[in-house]
Amino acid sequence: MRLEARNISFSYQDEKPVLSDIDFTVETGEIVGLTAPSGYGKSTLGKILAGYLKPDKGTVLVDGKSADVKAFHPVQLVFQHPEKAVNPRWKMKKILTEAWVPPEEMIRKMGIEQGWMNRWPAELSGGELQRFCVLRALSPQTKFLIADEMTTMLDMITQAQIWRVVTEYAARKEMGIVVISHDTYLLKRLCSRIVRLNE
Amino acid sequence: MKLFRLQKGTRERAIARIVLFLVILTAVMIAGSHIPLDSIYVDLENINHPPGLTHLFGTDWVGRDMLTRTVKGLSLSIWVGIICSLSSTVIAAVFGILGPTLGGKADAVISWLVDLTLSVPHTILIILVSIACGGGFKGIVVGVAATHWTSLTRIIRAEVIRIHTSEYVMISKRFGKSRRFIALHHMVPHVVPQMVVGTILVFPHAILHEASITFLGFGLPPHEPAIGVILSESMKYLTSGQWWLAFFPGVCLICVSIMVSALGKSLEQIMDPVTAYKK
Amino acid sequence: MYTADMETRQKKSSPEDGMPVFQVMNFGVSFSQYENGINRKELHVITDLDIELYEGKILAVVGSSGSGKSLLAHAIMGILPGNATIYGKMFYRHEELTRASIARIRGKKICLIPQSVNYLDPLEKVGSQISRAINGVPKAEKKRRAIEMMARYSLDPQVYDYYPHQLSGGMARKVLLSIALLSDCEILIADEPTPGLDEPSLAEVLQDFRLAADEGKAVLMITHDIQAAVRIADRIAVFYAGSTLEVADAKAFSGDGSQLCHPYSKALLQAMPQQDFLPLDGVQPMPGDLPEGCLFYERCPIRCEDCRCSRPQSRPVRGGKVRCFYAA
Repeated sequence: MRLEARNISFSYQDEKPVLSDIDFTVETGEIVGLTAPSGYGKSTLGKILAGYLKPDKGTVLVDGKSADVKAFHPVQLVFQHPEKAVNPRWKMKKILTEAWVPPEEMIRKMGIEQGWMNRWPAELSGGELQRFCVLRALSPQTKFLIADEMTTMLDMITQAQIWRVVTEYAARKEMGIVVISHDTYLLKRLCSRIVRLNE
Repeated sequence: MKLFRLQKGTRERAIARIVLFLVILTAVMIAGSHIPLDSIYVDLENINHPPGLTHLFGTDWVGRDMLTRTVKGLSLSIWVGIICSLSSTVIAAVFGILGPTLGGKADAVISWLVDLTLSVPHTILIILVSIACGGGFKGIVVGVAATHWTSLTRIIRAEVIRIHTSEYVMISKRFGKSRRFIALHHMVPHVVPQMVVGTILVFPHAILHEASITFLGFGLPPHEPAIGVILSESMKYLTSGQWWLAFFPGVCLICVSIMVSALGKSLEQIMDPVTAYKK
Repeated sequence: MYTADMETRQKKSSPEDGMPVFQVMNFGVSFSQYENGINRKELHVITDLDIELYEGKILAVVGSSGSGKSLLAHAIMGILPGNATIYGKMFYRHEELTRASIARIRGKKICLIPQSVNYLDPLEKVGSQISRAINGVPKAEKKRRAIEMMARYSLDPQVYDYYPHQLSGGMARKVLLSIALLSDCEILIADEPTPGLDEPSLAEVLQDFRLAADEGKAVLMITHDIQAAVRIADRIAVFYAGSTLEVADAKAFSGDGSQLCHPYSKALLQAMPQQDFLPLDGVQPMPGDLPEGCLFYERCPIRCEDCRCSRPQSRPVRGGKVRCFYAA
């Protein structure tokens, strides 16, 4: 299966275009890095791939078809700031199981403690919250994962821990990953191919 | 070594405040509705009594016990407050949720209505609406409800818009969740506490407006034992030194407002998970 | 890649003689929180923390989210919420600080460098906000000095007449630093100055703070980004579960890490993507249930029985300080 963006152009309101005529392809099972200086539209492209934004021009195809906006989107995006990506009035257990119920084993591997399940998001740190946000996106229906600076706000150990779970899972389930990051070392470590957005 | 410590025990204090004020307010309401109207009888042998042991709040120019009248008046005020704040919350909830959900023209019309209502001075609008509705209890309630839905509508509308555009709702949509799920699970936990607190915070406004409009003669009729009626009647006797006629009912009315407002704030503090676990 | 700043640092980094400008000892912060109903629980978010700041030196505090590193800045600046208790001792030069004297030097001798342009007054020109930091000289002289300082941060003289909304994020940081350098402030605290910046911007932040330190300010930089810390700081304090496990020379964090003493610092280094990208199992203990013994006990590869029941004190090892019984 393939995630394909063809001739994508995008601009916010009437400003000058952030993206113009971008082509981008990821196969399942592949880990692709996406990098560019700030303001070159990496995150915008990530949001377009995951269906958060509609491109002004061009199409995004998953397995040759446009994704159904009403159903579970096969392309899932994990944001940089987990604090904003969880409902502050939900307990952690509800947050984790919103899309699917992850098996005990994955919860353990992700380093999520049982004691955290009955806590409110405000009681956990960013690193602890991000483990929940990543795991809830790894549903069996997820064919592609867009990691937009997913571990930038985390310490090195947590970063390595989360990526180990994600890459192992991706290899097993043939999931494709797009890693958006400034960290060239991280990209080199994770990706088989790195795409640079220029101009 | 302890360098310093800041305040402590806010939740206990919040709970204590809520319990205490609820008990006082219910007591006033129960007392008020159990006092038969004819217990406020004319007693010409005891007119113009200053506050004392037999008449704690004194008596008026026809010998009626001011304590009984005040309690009766307060309980009426609390009823007006409850009905007014509940109805303005209903209006606010409907407009605040419908606006951003329907979007476009509907939202613009609602915002315009809010601005319009806010641009006319409160009191004048209440008087106009109250007269248009034929005055009395109904007039006051409709008048206050028609003017006090605005700020809560704005709050709820802003909250709904904020949640609609929040990352967690966008993520929820990508998980294929229905609009119904998002409304029930993501919106309700945010909006309901706002509504509860909003309702309580409208309450003091409602009773103060009821009293002031009645005082001006546009509200409840003179035969009702309302605080506004008591205050306006007492005006004539204040100059002859009967200060207690206005003092005690006025102070009690303000106390009720402050209590309800503190009740709302304490409830808000306990209900929000962000503040609830702290302090 | 970053030879220029490495060089200046080496020139200046003689062994840390002299007395620290600012020091905290056995510092702790706890919050009382409610659990069920009205049962309260003390959460110890910072325990037994020691740090020392020296003139002209940058100390980076590196730690994961939830290690309490931001609270350290808030505690020093006195902006903790009302349910907090602060323990320990603070020294400014040789003076032990009391609650009153901390309040006196905050904002005067200690400045927080915020991340965003929002901390400038939006209605006042940048120039007059910078000039206000200078005391006791005529107006023209103030302007001259302000523009001189701005030039050091390669800000155009015309920025003097800008309003804050015309500044980019990087320019705003330079303006804030200019204000700090022109004022009497001696200690700068920067909370996460490098959140996910691209390479050129990161190099710029590094330059900006290095300049401040070279002016003689003591800088405390709080970050989760160990790569940035290695490039900017003279010394690095490794923060874990609210305590410093190791304070070491920044150079110790490059290479194979053999100069590091604490197993957690080594694990941090090994987890870097340019090293082994090796995760460490387990999680940092929550402030509510810290272990009785060593804070790192659960995840430690070299633990022994006594680590479980007694907590190691900080002790000097190879020019740094380490909180471990077995580090050598």
